[in-house]
Amino acid sequence: MRVLILAAFLFALTLDANAIGVDKDRLADPQQEARAFKIMKQLRCLVCQNESIAVSDASLAEDLRAIVRKQVRAGKPDAEIIAFMTSRYGDWVLLKPPLRPGTVILWFGPLILLVIGGFMVFRFVRQRPETAIARPLDADEKKRLKKILGEKNEQEGNMP
Amino acid sequence: MIAELGHFSLVLALGLAVLQVIVPMVGAARDDGRMMMLARPAAYGQFLFCLLAFLALTYCYIISDFSVAVVARNSHSLKPLLYKISGVWGNHEGSILLWVTFLALYGALVAFFGRNLPRSLQARVLAVQAIIGVGFYLFMLLTSNPFERLANVPFEGNGMNPLLQDPGLAFHPPFLYLGYVGLSVAFSFAIAALIEGRVDPAWARWVRPWTLLAWLFLTIGITLGSWWAYYELGWGGWWGWDPVENASFMPWLAATALLHSAIVVEKRNSLKSWTVLLAIVAFSFSLLGTFIVRSGIITSVHAFATDPKRGMFILLFLGLVIGGSFLLFALRSDRLQAGGLFAPVSRESGLVINNLFLSVAAAVVLYGTLHPLLSDALFGVKSSVGAPFFNLVFGFLMIPVVMMMGLGVHFKWKRADIRGISQRLAAITGLSLLAVLMTLYVAYGGSLMPAIWVGIALWLLLSMFQELGHRIKLFRVPFGDSLRRLMRQPRSSWGMSLGHIGFAIALIGIVVTSSWNLEVQKVVKIGESLTIGDHTVTLKDVIPVAGPNYSAVRGIVTVTAKDGKSYIAYPESRTYVSSPMTTTEGDVATTLTGDLFIVIGEAQGLDQWGMRVYYKPMQVWLWIGAAIMVLGGFISLSDRRYRIGTPGKATGIIKDARHAH
Repeated sequence: MRVLILAAFLFALTLDANAIGVDKDRLADPQQEARAFKIMKQLRCLVCQNESIAVSDASLAEDLRAIVRKQVRAGKPDAEIIAFMTSRYGDWVLLKPPLRPGTVILWFGPLILLVIGGFMVFRFVRQRPETAIARPLDADEKKRLKKILGEKNEQEGNMP
Repeated sequence: MIAELGHFSLVLALGLAVLQVIVPMVGAARDDGRMMMLARPAAYGQFLFCLLAFLALTYCYIISDFSVAVVARNSHSLKPLLYKISGVWGNHEGSILLWVTFLALYGALVAFFGRNLPRSLQARVLAVQAIIGVGFYLFMLLTSNPFERLANVPFEGNGMNPLLQDPGLAFHPPFLYLGYVGLSVAFSFAIAALIEGRVDPAWARWVRPWTLLAWLFLTIGITLGSWWAYYELGWGGWWGWDPVENASFMPWLAATALLHSAIVVEKRNSLKSWTVLLAIVAFSFSLLGTFIVRSGIITSVHAFATDPKRGMFILLFLGLVIGGSFLLFALRSDRLQAGGLFAPVSRESGLVINNLFLSVAAAVVLYGTLHPLLSDALFGVKSSVGAPFFNLVFGFLMIPVVMMMGLGVHFKWKRADIRGISQRLAAITGLSLLAVLMTLYVAYGGSLMPAIWVGIALWLLLSMFQELGHRIKLFRVPFGDSLRRLMRQPRSSWGMSLGHIGFAIALIGIVVTSSWNLEVQKVVKIGESLTIGDHTVTLKDVIPVAGPNYSAVRGIVTVTAKDGKSYIAYPESRTYVSSPMTTTEGDVATTLTGDLFIVIGEAQGLDQWGMRVYYKPMQVWLWIGAAIMVLGGFISLSDRRYRIGTPGKATGIIKDARHAH
C-alpha cells in the first residue's frame, strides 16, 4: 500500500514535468548562482528520468533547487550541501556515484580494461617479429634436412 | 482489408526468411550451387513482402484507420501528413516493422551488390541476415503485431507525443535504424567468415563499405537526435548521457573502431580476429540498443514500451544471437591466421591503440548505462550514473584518442619515422600550446581542463591540415603541382581528411559550447529587459496563436547586440489538443560565434512571463563538423576501389576498352 501511495505521489509530481517555469529565488550574486548551478548539475531529479535538478521542470527539482540556493546563500561549502542531499536521499541522488564496494567496477573497470588491453596490444606488437623468425628445428627435422642437403651435396659433388 | 494484407505479407516474409536461412546454409555446407542460389531470390522476395507490410501500415496511418490498434493509440486525424507518416515508427510496433524492413532492404542490397562475392560466402551472409530477420518477424507476429484490429473502433485517435511532432525527430529514427541495421551486414559477413574459416583483405574490402554506410547513417541519426534535443527540449542541452542516447552511441563507437580496424585487414592482412570480433560486438550493441529502448528495462524519457513479455522475447533472442556468435568466435577464431608484420610505431599500431581506447570507451558507456540496473538487482542499492560521471571518465579516455588521431594519420604503414613526424608537428604543437595559454588568459579564473581541450581540438584540426599539406607536397613543389596533387587524391583520402577535419571542428564546438555557455532566467513584464553577455533582450508583447493541432503563446522579443544590431525573435510555447503537454519552440539565432536561444515559458501572474535565454558559443560548429564528417563518409563510400570488380562497373570497363580499339 505504501508503495502504491508513493507511486501515485511520484506520478502526480511528474505530471507537471513539462511546464516551463522560471525560478524566482535566483541568487543575486552571479558567482553564488554559478556555484549553486554547479551543485545542481551533480544532483539527480529523483522523479525524472536521468535528468539533473539543474535542467528539470518537475516541481520536486524546483524545491531541491530552492534548498541548494538557500544553503549556498547561507555560505555552506559544496561538500556539505551534497552531504545534506545524500543524507536525505541516499547515493541515488548523486549523478556521479561515489566510490563504494558496489561501484568499484564502475570506477576502476576502465583502468583495468586499459591495462589488460594495453598489455595485450604490447604483446601483439612486440611478439609478432619473434614468431615470424623461424623456431629452431627439432632433432627429427634436422635429420631430414641433413638428408636432403646431403643428397643435394652428393649431386653437386657429382658435378664438378 | 489493407491491414490484413499487411499482416499476411509479414507472414509470407517470415516464410521466405526461414527458407533463406535453411536452404543456402545447407547448400553451402554441401557445396550445392542450386541450393545456394536460392538465397538471392529469397532475399528479394522477403524485402518485397516486408515493404508491402510497411506500406500497408503507412496507409492505415495516412487514412487514419482507427480500427487498427496502433493507429488508434498513436495517431490523430488532425495531425499534419508528415507526422501521420512519422507516426508509423513513433511507437513500438511500427518501429520494429521499420527495423525489420531495413533489415530486409540490406539483405536485398547484399544480394544485389554482392553478385561478385564467392558463391558460398554470399549464401552464408544472406542466411545469417535471414536468421536475424526470422527473430524479428517472430517477435512482431507473436508479441507486437502492428496490424491488430480493435473490436470497438474509436472515433478519434489518442494522438502522438507532441515532443515527437518535429521534423528533426521525424527523420531521426529512420536514420538511426538504417545505422543499427546496417551493422547487421558486417555481422553477417563476420559470422559467415567464421563458418568459412577465412578472412582476407578481399573480405575486409567487402565489409568496409557496408560498415561505412552504417556508420554514416548512425552519425546522421545521432546528430539529428541531438539537434532535436537542443532546440526542442527548451534547455539548450544536446547530449544528456540518457540510456537511450547511450544505446545509439555504443554502436557508433564500435562501428568507428570497426571501420578503422577493417582498414588494417584490407591493407595489411592483419588484425583479423579482432576485426571479426568488433563486427560481432558492433551489431550486438545495435541489438542491445533496440532492447534498451524497446523493453523499457531502463526507464528513460524515450522508453515508451514497457511490456515484460516483449522484454523476455528480446532478451532471449539477444542471448541466442550474441551468445551464439561469441561461442562461434571462441571455437573458430584461431583459424584466422595473422598476416602482415609491423613495428611498434606504425600506422597499424596507431589504429590498434585507438581501437583499444574506443573499445574501452564503449565499455564505459555500456557499464555506466547498465550499472543502475545491476546495482539494484544484485545489491538492492539504487544508484545513478549520469552526465557528471560520463563527462569525467569519457573525457579522459578521449584525450589519448584525439592525440592518437592527430599523430596516427602521419604514421606510415609498417614503420613510422618518429623524428621526422615530430619535426613536422613542432610548429602546430607550439601554436596549440599558445592557444591553451591564450584561452586561460581570456577566460581568466576559468578551470584548466577546457583550455587544455581547446588546445587538443585545435591541434587535431591543424594536424589534419598539416597531413593534407604534406601529402600534396605543399610548399615543397610549385603551387600548381600541389594543386594538381590535391585534385588527384583518391576519394578515400578525401573522405579520411574530411572525416577527421569534421570531427575536429565538432570537437571545438563541443568544448567551447560546454565550457562557456551563458544562461539567464527571469520573470519579465511586457516591456521589461534582461541582459545576457553582449545582448539585451526585451519582451515587447505576447500574442496567442492557433496551429493545426495546438494553440500557442508567442512572444515578440527584440534582441539588441552591443554593436547596435537588432532583430526580433518569436519564441513560442505550445499546448496540444490531444495531450496536456506543453512544448517550447525556442527562437534560436545562429551565428558562427554562437547561438542566442530564447525560450518563453508560462504566464506567471498578470502580464508576467517566465523567460529563459541561453548563449551557446560556437554551438553551430558541432552541427557543421558532423555534416563535414558525413560528407567525408559519403565521398569515401564513392571511392573507385569499392566499385571496381562489381559487375556493372566491369562491363563499363570492357565497353571502354572496346571503344579504345
